[in-house]
Amino acid sequence: MVSIDVWNASVDFPIFDAKSRSLKKLALGKVGGKIGSEGRVPIIEALHDITLSLKDGARVGLVGHNGAGKSTLLRLLAGIYEPTRGHSRIIGKVAPVFDLGVGMDPEISGYENIMIRGLFLGMTRKEMEKRVDDIAEFTELGDYLQMPLRTYSTGMRVRLALGVVTSINPEILLLDEGIGAVDAAFMAKARDRLKDLVKRSGLLVFANHSDEFLIEFCDTAIWMDEGHVKMHGGLREVLTAYKGHDPFERISPELLARLGHTSPVLSGNGGE
Amino acid sequence: MQATSTLDHPEAPPAVRSRSFKRAFADVREAWDHRELWGHLGWQDIKQRYRRSVIGPLWITISMGTTALALGLLYSVLFKTDVATFLPYVTVGFIVWNFIVGCVTEGTDVFIANEGLIKHLPAPITVHVMRMVWRQVLFFAHNLVVYLVVLAIFFTSLNHDYKISENGPVHPGLSWTIVLAIPGFVLLAVNAVWVSLLFGVISTRFRDIPPVVNSFINLVFFMTPIVWDAGVLQRVTGGGNNDWRMLIAELNPVYHFVEVVRAPLLGHAVDWHHWAIVGGFTVAGWFAALVILRNYRARVSYWV
Repeated sequence: MVSIDVWNASVDFPIFDAKSRSLKKLALGKVGGKIGSEGRVPIIEALHDITLSLKDGARVGLVGHNGAGKSTLLRLLAGIYEPTRGHSRIIGKVAPVFDLGVGMDPEISGYENIMIRGLFLGMTRKEMEKRVDDIAEFTELGDYLQMPLRTYSTGMRVRLALGVVTSINPEILLLDEGIGAVDAAFMAKARDRLKDLVKRSGLLVFANHSDEFLIEFCDTAIWMDEGHVKMHGGLREVLTAYKGHDPFERISPELLARLGHTSPVLSGNGGE
Repeated sequence: MQATSTLDHPEAPPAVRSRSFKRAFADVREAWDHRELWGHLGWQDIKQRYRRSVIGPLWITISMGTTALALGLLYSVLFKTDVATFLPYVTVGFIVWNFIVGCVTEGTDVFIANEGLIKHLPAPITVHVMRMVWRQVLFFAHNLVVYLVVLAIFFTSLNHDYKISENGPVHPGLSWTIVLAIPGFVLLAVNAVWVSLLFGVISTRFRDIPPVVNSFINLVFFMTPIVWDAGVLQRVTGGGNNDWRMLIAELNPVYHFVEVVRAPLLGHAVDWHHWAIVGGFTVAGWFAALVILRNYRARVSYWV
């Protein structure tokens, strides 16, 4: 059973400047009297007292201003940061898509990058070899896959990353914003695959600024503000409070048509 | 507004402590389960380094070959020893030393260099260490070609009892004991993992450690019997085992690590006290590394 539970978790970053990161200062500090070395290190409280419980089937949109802690929260949920205070428990295989450049080596070919990214996401080599053709077809990169990644444009990298992540079966899918760099035609194609992927994955947390994406993929939402969970509830409710207007009144007719029968949001009236 | 999430929220966890030996062991175990990942990455690193060169990884072998040849010739002339026995000695010593120095210097840097991966993909931190050690093992394998060539050339000088330095001990020559090099090297690699776990975590927090290690490692090279023979010490001290000068080698842990791999490969007498010391370091080092892993494993992603 896939789930993420977080109890009163805080994430504090110690900010070591070049000097306080050295042993010398720590040693001298000890000699000079009782000045706690921790006390002199400035701390950034990125997340503060987060309590969440996400169960199998959750489709959560993550909204908030820049620097509100969305990316940090995603990393907390991925298990990359263990809370400095409080607890977290993550059950399930996590597939994060954060920074699209990381885990990709610019000097090696697209094919090899597909392999490495897949292995990092917990696949075996054999499984990835089976999927490579499918990914190649989906990304439409063709012969470019033989080229080193440094020759790729941003959009092509996004295609590659989306191709890999949508070809595997993650239990927990965490998507950060930044997958908007691809052209519209590819996005339409990716949307279908993402949708399919979301259906397969047990749990989705998706940080995005686009109403359309959120409405399409999510049914609940978390509004982050200054490291706190400001609001957690139905998507429509949270988006209305966050944006100051009801996004469902402004969605384009074609999105409405596309959602039509599939949207859990409209039928569910945006949660309770 | 958190009603939807807190209503059915389970009570505080029974025992989800991030600082426990269980989690430390789990990190190492999961890293082992990921061996396909670091195995692939290690290969990739080597291919990567020589990507656009014509002869590729052969450069590793060639550079080792020339270094060993030059050092072996130079020091055999300086020490007035027989090239036929001294050149293989220097070659093997230098190959093993190269592995050790690679693991130690890259080990201090292992998490700092992998900052991007650590911050973006959830994986046991030991994975990065395993990738680095595996890469060094592959370098070692490339360098072993030099050993095989040297062995083929000087085989007739090594297959019977011989001396390296005049007053040094008599070595029995190559025999079945050569297979002891395999457990010897496995022990060396196992130790490389704890060394880079330990120093890697500490260096991530205190960025002075890598330069300190880098400046001391050269000193260690000259203190270790690699381009000079430990038998020289016996000549200097007149064979007295209690002379303090004997301790120059004996107190240097690197000497024992070099010896467990080098001695079998050259047909030197098996000296079990090296094995005992290496075994002791393995146990004590892994214990220290696990304590560090227990306490600071979760902090690495904050520190990088």
